[in-house]
Amino acid sequence: MFSKLFSEESMELILDVLKNEIPFAIWETIYITVLSTALAVVIGLPVGVLLATGEKNGVLPLPRWLLQTLNVVVNILRSVPFLLLMVMVFPLSRLILGTTVGTTATIVPLVVAAFPFVARLVESSLREVNPNIIEAAQSMGASPFQIICKVLIVESMPSLISNLTIAITTILSYSAMSGIIGGGGLGKIAINYGYYRYQYGVMLIAVILLVIIVQIFQSVGTWLSVKCDKRLKAAKK
Amino acid sequence: MIELKHLTKTFRTASGSLDALKDINLTIQDGDIYGIVGMSGAGKSTLVRCINLLERPTEGQVIVNGREMEKLSAKELRASRRDITMIFQQFNLLMQRTCLKNICFPLEIAGVKKAQAVERAKALLELVGLPDKADAYPAQLSGGQMQRIAIARALATDPKVLLCDEATSALDPNTTHAILRLIREINAKLGITVVVITHQMQVVEEICNRVAILDCGTVAEEGLVTDIFSKPQSEAAKRLVFPADLEAPLPAENGETRIRIVFGGSDATGKPLIATIAKEKNILLNILSASTRTIDGKVYGNMLLGVPNEDGALAQILEYLKAIPDLTVEEV
Repeated sequence: MFSKLFSEESMELILDVLKNEIPFAIWETIYITVLSTALAVVIGLPVGVLLATGEKNGVLPLPRWLLQTLNVVVNILRSVPFLLLMVMVFPLSRLILGTTVGTTATIVPLVVAAFPFVARLVESSLREVNPNIIEAAQSMGASPFQIICKVLIVESMPSLISNLTIAITTILSYSAMSGIIGGGGLGKIAINYGYYRYQYGVMLIAVILLVIIVQIFQSVGTWLSVKCDKRLKAAKK
Repeated sequence: MIELKHLTKTFRTASGSLDALKDINLTIQDGDIYGIVGMSGAGKSTLVRCINLLERPTEGQVIVNGREMEKLSAKELRASRRDITMIFQQFNLLMQRTCLKNICFPLEIAGVKKAQAVERAKALLELVGLPDKADAYPAQLSGGQMQRIAIARALATDPKVLLCDEATSALDPNTTHAILRLIREINAKLGITVVVITHQMQVVEEICNRVAILDCGTVAEEGLVTDIFSKPQSEAAKRLVFPADLEAPLPAENGETRIRIVFGGSDATGKPLIATIAKEKNILLNILSASTRTIDGKVYGNMLLGVPNEDGALAQILEYLKAIPDLTVEEV
């Protein structure tokens, strides 16, 4: 498969794609990933908060049926393979955006797939907060909303950031997969050239670029998470 | 004034129900430093959490300054908690906030303006003796410093009652003294009623004026600290006041009779008691254990003594000791 990788003909094509398509594809990939992650957080964060605080003895007890419904919905969305989910949300994409193909249209399935994932990550971060600190806040007369905003989220920020880094890298790889149904970005280039036209050189370059972007996201995320954690600061000094 | 009337708390667990508190009746007057003491599992922590309703009592009433706590709405209850604040064994500071912002936290949730909150927090840092720690994070502090910040935070909303839940149990003896001194100062200066939950009798002895002994969810004994330390009535109180008994087995093997003397605020005359007996009565007493201290020129504490089984020695000793005021003696 790689025998013709470095032939003159394919090198020319690679250079051509690198110059004319890759820069825009990188932009598209980052655009889709960041926007989808942002929207997934907008929906997933509140859902995660409800999951973490909604139990009977929690900060914000919810009716049992509501909490169970949330759990079931999140579990169902988490268990459908992304490839199928992309097809299944076509009607929703059409309803919201009027189309099912193109870069922006892939944001809909990405958000639908990612927000339950984000919700579970948020839930696990918030559960790490020391319950004694929550009790202390209650003893000072904090309302459930104040405890969520000023205690749970602030105290779990390092963990939230590192979990959101996991989310953004996962969404990046999902966005590459969306190249199959006409989403844009590096995934589309890898599939169009590598899968449909047997141009493995181009595919390889697209994949390498995806790896580099993941590395950058991960490094920035880890750095941010460590930097904002005030519990580690003392140990270093 | 805090009144607990017929307070009962039952926890329902998978393996049945557990009575943590059974018909507790206590009254804590304004300005008291009130100790609630008991062994682990006696129900102390549950009891203190019933006062600010972090635990809802199963039955009975909690009345703080004339207001029945269980009847307050959620909003009224949150407002009332600004008057009844709390410090904890593990300090429970917000680890991602600086000390200053930790102290501002209760003001922030009460809706106090930021500049005003910062000003108040700075004054409180001064009060607890840590003015230079405003921008430090809790992880950079020692245990004693964290508890000082926690105390400042608890005082931020100008409370009338301060609940201390094992507040010195995680600290070394010197730091414990310093924190207790601070609590006493706060009580004296600001007139805040303090409720101290502890398993350490020396904490009660050091700062409390009244004490309730809690045993298996009931009040075994209640009264002035000086009374309970000199004449504990209940078994639970005796166990706490004279823990040495547990270590000194009875009866004596070498033919001694054991007596316990309790100093209940006798004047410290500087006259050595045991040596005087040896010299004047020619009876050599064996000190088996002793724990005494002087508070405001008065001696408190107890001694466990072995009296040799010589003719009439015990009777002489008892006669001699009973003549000393504020000192009680009994055979054990």
